[in-house]
Amino acid sequence: MKHSGGVPRPRSNRKLKSMNKKQKRTRNRIVLAIALFAVVYVIAELMPLATWLGSETAALWVEFALFLVPYLIAGYDVLLRAAKNIGHGQVFDENFLMSVATIGAFALVLFPDSDPHMAEGAAVMLFYQVGELFQSYAVGKSRKSIADMMDIAPDFANVERDGRLVQVDPYEVAVGDEIVVKAGERVPLDGVVVRGSSQLDTAALTGESVPREVREGDEIISGCVNMSGLITVRVTKPYRESTVSRILELVENAAEKKAKTENFITRFARYYTPAVVGIAALLAIMPPLLLGGGWSDWVQRGLIFLVVSCPCALVISVPLSFFGGIGGASRLGILVKGSNYLETLSRAETVVFDKTGTLTDGSFNVVAVHPASGIDPDRLLSIAAHAEAYSNHPIALSVRAAYSGPIDQQRIDDVQEQSGHGVRARIDEHVVYVGNDKLMSACGVDCRDCELTGTILHVSLDGEYIGHIVIADVIKPDAAEAVAALRAAGVKKTVMLTGDRADVAAAVAKELGINEFRTQLLPQDKVAEVEKLLEETHAHGTGKGKLAFVGDGINDAPVLTRADIGIAMGAMGSDAAIEAADVVLMDDKPSNIARAIGIARKTMGIVWQNIVFALGVKFLVLILAAVGIANMWLAVFADVGVAVIAILNAMRAMNVKK
Amino acid sequence: MRKAFKLQDLDCANCAAKMENAIKGIDGVKSATVSFMTQKLVIEADDDCFDAVLDEAQRACSKIEPDCVILR
Repeated sequence: MKHSGGVPRPRSNRKLKSMNKKQKRTRNRIVLAIALFAVVYVIAELMPLATWLGSETAALWVEFALFLVPYLIAGYDVLLRAAKNIGHGQVFDENFLMSVATIGAFALVLFPDSDPHMAEGAAVMLFYQVGELFQSYAVGKSRKSIADMMDIAPDFANVERDGRLVQVDPYEVAVGDEIVVKAGERVPLDGVVVRGSSQLDTAALTGESVPREVREGDEIISGCVNMSGLITVRVTKPYRESTVSRILELVENAAEKKAKTENFITRFARYYTPAVVGIAALLAIMPPLLLGGGWSDWVQRGLIFLVVSCPCALVISVPLSFFGGIGGASRLGILVKGSNYLETLSRAETVVFDKTGTLTDGSFNVVAVHPASGIDPDRLLSIAAHAEAYSNHPIALSVRAAYSGPIDQQRIDDVQEQSGHGVRARIDEHVVYVGNDKLMSACGVDCRDCELTGTILHVSLDGEYIGHIVIADVIKPDAAEAVAALRAAGVKKTVMLTGDRADVAAAVAKELGINEFRTQLLPQDKVAEVEKLLEETHAHGTGKGKLAFVGDGINDAPVLTRADIGIAMGAMGSDAAIEAADVVLMDDKPSNIARAIGIARKTMGIVWQNIVFALGVKFLVLILAAVGIANMWLAVFADVGVAVIAILNAMRAMNVKK
Repeated sequence: MRKAFKLQDLDCANCAAKMENAIKGIDGVKSATVSFMTQKLVIEADDDCFDAVLDEAQRACSKIEPDCVILR
C-alpha cells in the first residue's frame, strides 16, 4: 500500500456515501410517487371527469382508483409491515397507525355526506415517507459524523521483519516490539521513543492544536499523528490496552448509560400512543352515537389523532441530542462516559478542585533553602534529597531536581513514607525526618516558620532541627480564567482541597478567585470533606444542584467516585483516571471544565427545547383536531414535520466551538 | 456474561425502546440496553442460558421490527 502524503484514512472511512442503498431505493420510489400524485391531482382537479363519465359517482370512483396508485407505490411497505406486525401483536406500531389513518381517509369515500379525502390520504402517506426517509438520513449522518470524530483508530503498524518494513495489524504487535512511525502516520500503539524525534499532533485526542515535541525516551500515545520525522517506538502496551482502544471503548459504551430524561421519554412514549389511540376511537364513535348526525366528520377527527399519536420526534431527538453532545465534547478532548453524566454535569452547582495537578501544574520547584544556623545549605539539600530518594511524590521529585550532586543509595536505609506528612529515613546512620510541621511536632522537633508562602519541607537530623526547604507550585496559566468561566457558567461555589498549608492555599485561592479552601488534608480526609460539601450542595436551594470534583485522577480515585460527578484531568495515558472518573479531560487545561459544563448545559437545553416543542405542537394539534379545526395536513406536520425539526435541532448539539 | 452485539437495520427509535423493554423481560436476563444511536444491544445474562436468551431476544426484535437482525 502506498500513501501519497497526508494522513492515511482508517478503514471505516473508505466508503463515503451520503445515502445507503436502501435509502436510495426509497427515495426513487417516493419521487416516482410524488410525480404520479401530481399528475393524478391535475387530472382530478382540471379534467371534467364527471361529464366524460356521465355521473359524479363514477368520476369519484375513478379518482379513487387513480389516487390509489401513487398511494400504494409510496406506502406499500408501510401497509405490509403493518399487516405483519398485527400478526405479532404490535398494535400501536407506527406503520399500523399510519395505515389506519390513510386507509381511513380513502374509506371516507363511503360516506356520501363528506368531501372526498383520497388526495389527502395519498399525500399523508407521501409526506410520512418523505419524513421517514429524512429521519433515517439525518440519523445515519449524525451516526457517521460522530464515528468520524472518533476516527482515531490506527490501520496498521510498521514492523521490521527480515530487514524490511512490513505493515501489520496493530493487534499482532507484542509488547517490547519496535515499530516505525513515519511522518503523516498515526501512532498505532502506546510506547516509548527509542530513536528519532518528531512533533506529534494530539488534536484528535485532546482538541489541542499545538503540536507536542517528542524525543528519544519520551512516552508517546496511540492516536496521535506523527507530523514530521521518522521515529522508532518500543511498544509498552498491547493494542487492547492502548489509549486508543480504551477511548473508543469508553465512547462506544457511553450510549449505554442513559440519562433520566431519556428514560422518562421512552416511558412516556409507552403510555402516550395507546392513550391517543384510545381517545381517537372514542372521538370517532361516541359523539355520532350520542349526538347523532354525520359520522364522517368525527371519523376524520379520529384519524387525525392517529397520525399525531406517534412519539417518534421525541424518541429520536432526545438520544440524538445526548449522543451529539457527547460526540461534540469528545472532539475537544472531553470524554463523557454517558448521557446520565452529561445530565448531572449540566446541574453542577459546586465545583471542588484538588489543587495539585489540577489548578497548579504539579511541577514543584524549590524556591528557597533556609538552613538552621551553623548548617551548610548544600548539606541540608543533600540530606533531604537522600531521604526523598525513593519517593515519586512531586515534592520529592523537585527536591531531587534541586540537588545537584549524585545520590548515593548506599547511605540510605530504612525509608518509611508517612502519607501526607513526609518521610522518615536513616542516612549515614542518622535518623532523618523530612516533612511538614505536623510531622515535626509528632516527632518532637521544634521547627521554625517561614515568611515565604509555599510548601515548607522541614528537616530534622537525630531530633535536631536543621532547617527547611521552601517549595512552590506553579499555577496553571489558564486556571484563573477557568474559575471565572465556571462562575459565568452558573457555578455557585468553588472549593479547593489541598494537603498544603493554609497560607499557601489562601494565596492560591485568592489569586484564582476560589470561594473556599480546605487545607492540610490527607488523602482520606478529602473523601470526608467532599461528603460534607455534598450534603451542603444537596440541601441548598431546590436540592437539584450537583457537586463535581476535579482531580488528576491518580491519587483521588475514591473522591472521584464519591462525588456526584468525578472529572479527571490530564488523563492522556493514565488508565487509573480513565477508570475512576465520569468525565475525562484528556489534556490538563482547567478551562476545559467550564467548557464541559457549557456543552452539558447546551445539550440539556436542546433536549428540553425538543421535548417542549414536540409535545406542545402535538397537544395543540390534538386539541384543534378534537374541536374540528385541524386537518390531515396539520396532523402530518405535527408528526413528521416536528420530528424533522427536532432532529435538526438535536444535531446542533454536535457543534462545539474549538 | 455481558456481551455487546450490533443490531442491523434498526431504523426506528421507538422500536429500540420497545425492544429494550421486551429483552429485559426475558427469563435469565439481568440487564439489557438497546441504543438506537450506536445500533448496539448490550445484554447481561446467565452464562448457561446465554444462547437461548439471545435466540429469544432475536425473536422479540423481529416481532417489533421484522428486518432487524442481531449480528453475532
